Amino acid sequence: MAASSSSAPTISRGSESPWKSSLRQLRRNKASMIALVVIVLVVTLCLLAPVYSGLIAHTNPFVSNLNGSFRLNGKTVSVMQANTQGLGLGVTPVGPTWNLSHYFLGADQQGRDVFARLLYGGRASLLIGTVSAIICCFVAAVLGLLAGYFGGAIDWVLSRIFDILWAFPVYLLAISLSVILLTSGLNVGFIHVGPGSLLLPILIIAFVFVPYVARPLRGIVLSLKEREFIQAAIGSGASDWRILSREIFPNVAPSIIVFFPLMVAFNMLTESALSFLSIGVQAPAASWGTIINDGLGLLYTRPAVAMAPGIAIVISAVALNILGDGARDAFDPKAKLRGSI
Amino acid sequence: MRWTRVALAASIVSSIGLVATSSGASSSGYQSAHAGGTLHLLASTAGGTLDPQVNYTLQYWQLYQATYDGLVSFQKVPGAGSFDVVPDLATSMPKVTNGGKTYTFTLRKGIKFSNGQTVTVKDVQATFQRLFKVSNPNAGSWYNVIVGAPACLTTPATCTLSGGVVVNAAKNQVTFNLSQPDSEFLDQLAVPFGSIVPASTPGKDRGDVPIPGTGAYTFKSYNPNRALIMVRNPYFKVWSAAAQPKGYPNEIDETFGMTVESEVTAVENNQADWVFDTLPADRLQQLSTKYASQIHVNPLTAIWYAPMNVNIAPFNNLKARQAVNYAVNKFSAVQLYGGKQLGTPTCTILPPGFPGYLSYCAYNSKNSATYAGPDLTKAKALVKASGTAGQKVGIVVTNDTVNEAVGTYLVGVLNSIGYKATLKPLSANIQFSYIQNTKNNVQISVSQWYQDYPAASDFLKVLLSCSGFHKASDNSINIAGYCDKAVSAKMDAADALEIKNPTAANKAWGQIDQQVMTTAAPWVPLFNPKLTDFISSKVGNYTFSRQFYMYVDQLWVK
Repeated sequence: MAASSSSAPTISRGSESPWKSSLRQLRRNKASMIALVVIVLVVTLCLLAPVYSGLIAHTNPFVSNLNGSFRLNGKTVSVMQANTQGLGLGVTPVGPTWNLSHYFLGADQQGRDVFARLLYGGRASLLIGTVSAIICCFVAAVLGLLAGYFGGAIDWVLSRIFDILWAFPVYLLAISLSVILLTSGLNVGFIHVGPGSLLLPILIIAFVFVPYVARPLRGIVLSLKEREFIQAAIGSGASDWRILSREIFPNVAPSIIVFFPLMVAFNMLTESALSFLSIGVQAPAASWGTIINDGLGLLYTRPAVAMAPGIAIVISAVALNILGDGARDAFDPKAKLRGSI
Repeated sequence: MRWTRVALAASIVSSIGLVATSSGASSSGYQSAHAGGTLHLLASTAGGTLDPQVNYTLQYWQLYQATYDGLVSFQKVPGAGSFDVVPDLATSMPKVTNGGKTYTFTLRKGIKFSNGQTVTVKDVQATFQRLFKVSNPNAGSWYNVIVGAPACLTTPATCTLSGGVVVNAAKNQVTFNLSQPDSEFLDQLAVPFGSIVPASTPGKDRGDVPIPGTGAYTFKSYNPNRALIMVRNPYFKVWSAAAQPKGYPNEIDETFGMTVESEVTAVENNQADWVFDTLPADRLQQLSTKYASQIHVNPLTAIWYAPMNVNIAPFNNLKARQAVNYAVNKFSAVQLYGGKQLGTPTCTILPPGFPGYLSYCAYNSKNSATYAGPDLTKAKALVKASGTAGQKVGIVVTNDTVNEAVGTYLVGVLNSIGYKATLKPLSANIQFSYIQNTKNNVQISVSQWYQDYPAASDFLKVLLSCSGFHKASDNSINIAGYCDKAVSAKMDAADALEIKNPTAANKAWGQIDQQVMTTAAPWVPLFNPKLTDFISSKVGNYTFSRQFYMYVDQLWVK
């Protein structure tokens, strides 16, 4: 019997495949669709960062511009504005001009265009969030399937590893790994990742979240293993590989799909936290976390520098969570996956 | 010396206090009506050990002015006079004989430590033995001229300075015998390392335990995680207002642990009286307009600079170092520090107005003695000619706002001339040691130097001579690792010349400064900073010393 027809009766409607049914259900969820539009919009804007900085703002958001100026409404405006009142102490970067051609959201302490950096930073944040979620879900799926299906020593060893990792608070583990790897990079066997590489935060974040995805998946596999169609497959002499790939994985996949957007959101937040602490994305690269860090010293005079990436993170994370909830309702309505993270 | 971690500074240029500063500590006479009250100081972190013979931070050197005395000290007055050395525990300036190799002091009688013991010549002798026993940071570079010092440096625990510090209890005299004349010996006695402490003080760093002193105040308690408290020394009587005036507050406390932002807010609200830490850049505008009368700005004889390691790639190539000097826009560094009111771009190692200072600018966009701007074209050409383009460069900075900002700016500059630069921020607690140790292979960093006393050697010889360079050591203050024996010999000659002909010596120091920068360029001198003091509105009698900055004990809280 085909796995798709036997193992997901709750989401099967007549002759429609469960996947189509789930997608149809997802499309009907207005909140999820709005969230999806928001995500697509954010991703598109971030992908257009080079276009904005090169053709519209004519600025390089990775180079300091401390002595620069620009023309706005016929007047020359300094990027860094010296205080002319009182004792004349202090230099403040230009605030938001609300003009897309010139420092739309103002400048940061280095005189760089905050909006251009926001777009570039979004590319890094979204890239790290997405790629680390892919890696995390893939590794967790493999380990969860192996532990749940084979049981015994494999399950014991993997479960204990999950327990050990789980014992560490996520951020503490991520910070510890980042601090260690930030100076020397990652050099394990043939894997060599430089200290400034984006791959480093990607791998660290993926690693720390693996048990949070793998353990629920292992539970699902343990449950599936007792079902009749799996027993039938075992009885019919199907190989382990065939049972895992053809019977169990298709039934675990909806859960992974539900996990994925949630993991992207979690990973983005983790990346932002690490970058805010200067142990994630490294200068001169930018992410939303590093931009918040840049804005920390300007909270009093130019709060937009820290607020803009903060708002971007909130919008993206909320949209991803709403989409994740919609995906859960559509693909795995009985699941209680969110409680495990 | 560094700011909070390893150094103190002072300024030699006239104080430009943007608001009127008050009269001197001792010149205006003591005003009893203002005595009393508690002065509340704030610092984000403690300054380390409280031992005056070990601690090398401005944070505590400022406090030591009111708690300890040496045989001589820097005069407690505002302005240029604060660089003058005056007798303190000694009755008069020493009698110098034997061609400048013997200094004889007569100790004042009847002065007591804060524990009630009378100060004797034995205490003086033990103090200088203890300098070596506690491994004073400058024992090997300043006090090594005392006869017997080499043996003390080799085996500190048994240090006697035999023949070096000779006492005559009957005459109440102490004689220092030096192995060679030293024009800066009195300056070195006048800084807190030369504070006289009881002979019974253990010969190891006392850490958090206060050591009795002779000053107007004594440390009552010290908890590096919370606060230190100073109270009046019950045994103190004024013997020389120029050396140790009577203070005004009954109690002075310094609280640790708040963020700088919170500290500023506390002073704004009169909940505290002074912020030790550098004021946050985003508060300067508000402070300088709304609290202008509470802000005091004073130039310092100090420098922010970027030392380049001349012994490892890419900066083991002169052209690469010159390229960076051409590329860096020092006006940008000043902007990051707080603007032109708080810093002045510099091309020289010695600060303007300092003994030996010679105005010139070797790497400039114009042929001018004053800095005009960067020359990126020349910089790129030099990088290309050096064959170092494309190399990776790590910039090590402390992780505070301004240092990181300067580091980030340098990353952009280095990338723009062809390198692949990355920023490596480190905690302020370890960065200074880290960049000194050759084992860490630091290519370029951002650092600061504040004078210990007004002498050109305190910059050039300390920071750029072979004697300051020690491989694989955390105490290799010559961070660039620049060691040219011929230049070091010139420094020694200039040092020796100071005794016979200070004018000629200063000229020689200026030429050395120019030679080092022109022919070796081991640094990128960035700017000379100014100090901003922010005090509460209830505080009066702000007095700024060019040597030790604001006299905390001279502030009025009543």
